Amino acid sequence: MTLDAKIPSGPVAEKWEKHKFEMKLVNPANKRKYHVIVVGSGLAGASAAATMSELGYQVSCFCYQDSPRRAHSIAAQGGINAAKNYRNDGDSVWRLFYDTVKGGDFRAREANVYRLAQVSVDIIDQCVAQGVPFAREYGGLLANRSFGGAQVSRTFYARGQTGQQLLIGAYQALEKEIAAGGVKMYSRHEMVELVLVNGVARGVIVRDMVTGEIQSHAADAVVLATGGYGNVFYLSTNAKGCNVTATYRAHKKGAFFANPCYTQIHPTCIPVKGDYQSKLTLMSESLRNDGRVWVPKRKEDCAKAPGDIPEQDRDYYLERKYPSFGNLSPRDIASRAAKEACDDGRGVGPGGLGVYLDFADAIKRLGAKAIEERYGNLFEMYERITDENPYKVPMRIYPAVHYTMGGLWVDYNLQSTIPGLHVIGEANFSDHGANRLGASALMQGLADGYFILPYTIGNYLAQAKLEKVTTEHAEFVAAREAVAQRTTRLLNIKGTRTVDSFHRELGKIMWDKCGMARDRAGLEWAIKRIPELRAEFWENVNVPGSASELNQSLEKAGRVADFLEFGELMCRDALHREESCGGHFRTEYQEEGEAKRNDDAFAYVAAWEFAGEGKAPTLHKEALEFENVHLATRSYK
Amino acid sequence: MNLTLRVWRQAGPAAAGAMREYRAEGISPDMSFLEMLDVVNEGLIAKGDEPIAFDHDCREGICGMCGMMINGAAHGPQRLTTACQLHMRSFSDGETITIEPWRATAFPVLKDLVVDRSAFDRIIQAGGFISAPTGSAVDGNAIPIPKLDADDAMDAAACIGCGACVAACPNASASLFTAAKISHLGSLPQGQPERSRRALAMVAQMDLESFGGCSLFGECMEACPKGISIDTINTMHRDFLFASATKRDVKEWSGGA
Ligand code: FES
Repeated sequence: MTLDAKIPSGPVAEKWEKHKFEMKLVNPANKRKYHVIVVGSGLAGASAAATMSELGYQVSCFCYQDSPRRAHSIAAQGGINAAKNYRNDGDSVWRLFYDTVKGGDFRAREANVYRLAQVSVDIIDQCVAQGVPFAREYGGLLANRSFGGAQVSRTFYARGQTGQQLLIGAYQALEKEIAAGGVKMYSRHEMVELVLVNGVARGVIVRDMVTGEIQSHAADAVVLATGGYGNVFYLSTNAKGCNVTATYRAHKKGAFFANPCYTQIHPTCIPVKGDYQSKLTLMSESLRNDGRVWVPKRKEDCAKAPGDIPEQDRDYYLERKYPSFGNLSPRDIASRAAKEACDDGRGVGPGGLGVYLDFADAIKRLGAKAIEERYGNLFEMYERITDENPYKVPMRIYPAVHYTMGGLWVDYNLQSTIPGLHVIGEANFSDHGANRLGASALMQGLADGYFILPYTIGNYLAQAKLEKVTTEHAEFVAAREAVAQRTTRLLNIKGTRTVDSFHRELGKIMWDKCGMARDRAGLEWAIKRIPELRAEFWENVNVPGSASELNQSLEKAGRVADFLEFGELMCRDALHREESCGGHFRTEYQEEGEAKRNDDAFAYVAAWEFAGEGKAPTLHKEALEFENVHLATRSYK
Repeated sequence: MNLTLRVWRQAGPAAAGAMREYRAEGISPDMSFLEMLDVVNEGLIAKGDEPIAFDHDCREGICGMCGMMINGAAHGPQRLTTACQLHMRSFSDGETITIEPWRATAFPVLKDLVVDRSAFDRIIQAGGFISAPTGSAVDGNAIPIPKLDADDAMDAAACIGCGACVAACPNASASLFTAAKISHLGSLPQGQPERSRRALAMVAQMDLESFGGCSLFGECMEACPKGISIDTINTMHRDFLFASATKRDVKEWSGGA
């Protein structure tokens, strides 16, 4: 199979307009005859479900939480980018496009990124109309800030709760459509299998998480909006329930998985405290606007109280290495530099896995009051978790897994390699290349859900010749049967180890060998070790309770079983990509300590095809062409 | 730290429940409350017991999924803090901690500490939105919004829908939750066209869901992890009275007569 990204012809700035005109439309009276399944209710899923219902389609939406309002988009703090140029500071669609392609280290598809920048402006308008309480100036106009190293102020925000407010906006639109009868919502329902009929996605199998009932749902198209796979590392800033099951199940049914090794490690998280740690907490990147990052120059000083280390014995390593961006260097660079300092034995705090983020200078310069106004809620959150007062002692931070740029491969229409299966938001791979810029995740989720998928799905439905399918079709019956068998198998093992203990062990392998820095030997070891752990899981896991009740251990077991396969795929991708780019850093490929891309050999999307249980996956390549943003070494020095 | 836990265990929606006692040993004061429960659960599974079911997801105080009565207080003793952000240093060694689910007729228990809060979604369905179909919006700066109005809207919009207000209220009223949404949308110019309809419909739905009435005890505000003000309830009452008095809105909302 050759990958066809279906990128429209013509200049990049005209592709989307042209494509919108050329797409087939579904007759308004016919829309209600089409039924679309949306799995996931975060920014992408909720906005897509609501918008498709407004257009007249019948939508069924599923989420594993008790309400669609809980989806993890809610936790995004910083903001959402849009090329509004309200500040008159030289921003434009073109600049946002350029920044995103460059920030992604030239591993994203230009046409998609340009479209993202184009629709970014509509997103803000849409959200304002829904009542999202963005920050305002005294004159009543929208406020902006510069974020994540951008040199223009294009980030819109709602205090430190931008994700929450955008999600609640989309959630309210979704609830409005539920009341109007266009969307049927299934909360506490988890997708456990994708169903194909004649090679086309026609439905899903879900588990009702309260009763345990295994249900079939048939439709004319399926949309996955199920987020990222950061929890393969066990410890991440993702919500506890985030998982890879929906996308991985689709992968096993034929959807190619693209660039799984591209993961984003966020530089400003609260360090790990102990082995009981269940998740990591992110501190907004905006802190780096005023905080200075440092470690002691000498290992011997690490145990000292930070106040006892005089200025000349401190290494403000970001300012030293990257004088023009300093503390605002992009996420991947800041994260790696922290790891290097700690690997060098100069980390601070328990286990030496932390660096200081110090506000003393900013407090001296601006006063504690000004700092409180800017970061009061973040300082409070830090103190609540660590019991340390950041106004008095520097914060300790350490990088943590935060976002995954990889995901199911999709074409320009957001359709996967399985006809009828569309993938949106973090679950697809499309827009961020090898590294995502700050405040771009919310933008992409809403762009896909409000403004792109509702068009492209119509184009698909208008042309697909779909036979009538019911849930009694042999494919549904077989899928249900397979799910039931897998569940029984998990419950019958009755071994001696808990699900969590396997998850933690997998997470440690992934973090050590496929985390911030990777090398051939480590990856090869992991590719050997993960199947052994998987085998042990299937022999020795202990899943208490039964299938026909609310059973949180069983839910976790299903997810961890998929992570145990997926982790291996990630390592294979990381091993094959013999270059460093964005969030993927191979220690063998560097120049003076900086990531070294290899554009001649690796300027492509790696899309992996499932080849069968126990077989190595097949690699397909989509060549990336850069016609508008010229390939250049990313330098922040 | 070593603690004794008294926990509500209930096998399913129809089953009878009871308090059971467990030991939580070797607990670090730096653990979050939910991490402490994780540790207890790992021990229970190892002993062949069923772990304690509880709702949680983000574990950073924003999704609103967690929630339990801890020593009789919704989300426990620390103000402005969800159960997932509560840390064990708030307790003392040797203490006995009582843990129960939210108690309200409108929030039936599904299992152990897990309750069904779908009534909240239905209140939002009734009118907790601004009708703005995708694509119909004007430019974001077309309608200036005074900063203080935007701030008021944000204060009310901070609600995470956890249900602590209902659990803390002696009447199990959902007034703070409903009022927060009415205040959020009512503070904004975009929310005006549907303001009366919204108040009528959301209040009616709240009553339908068998939540109790509000006597302005103020327990809800004390328990709210996001500090939603009880003033929002006054706004809700005002909007409701205004809407009820305006016959046109009542007629229109109830389908006309
Ligand atoms: S788990 Fe999300 S608020 Fe507590």
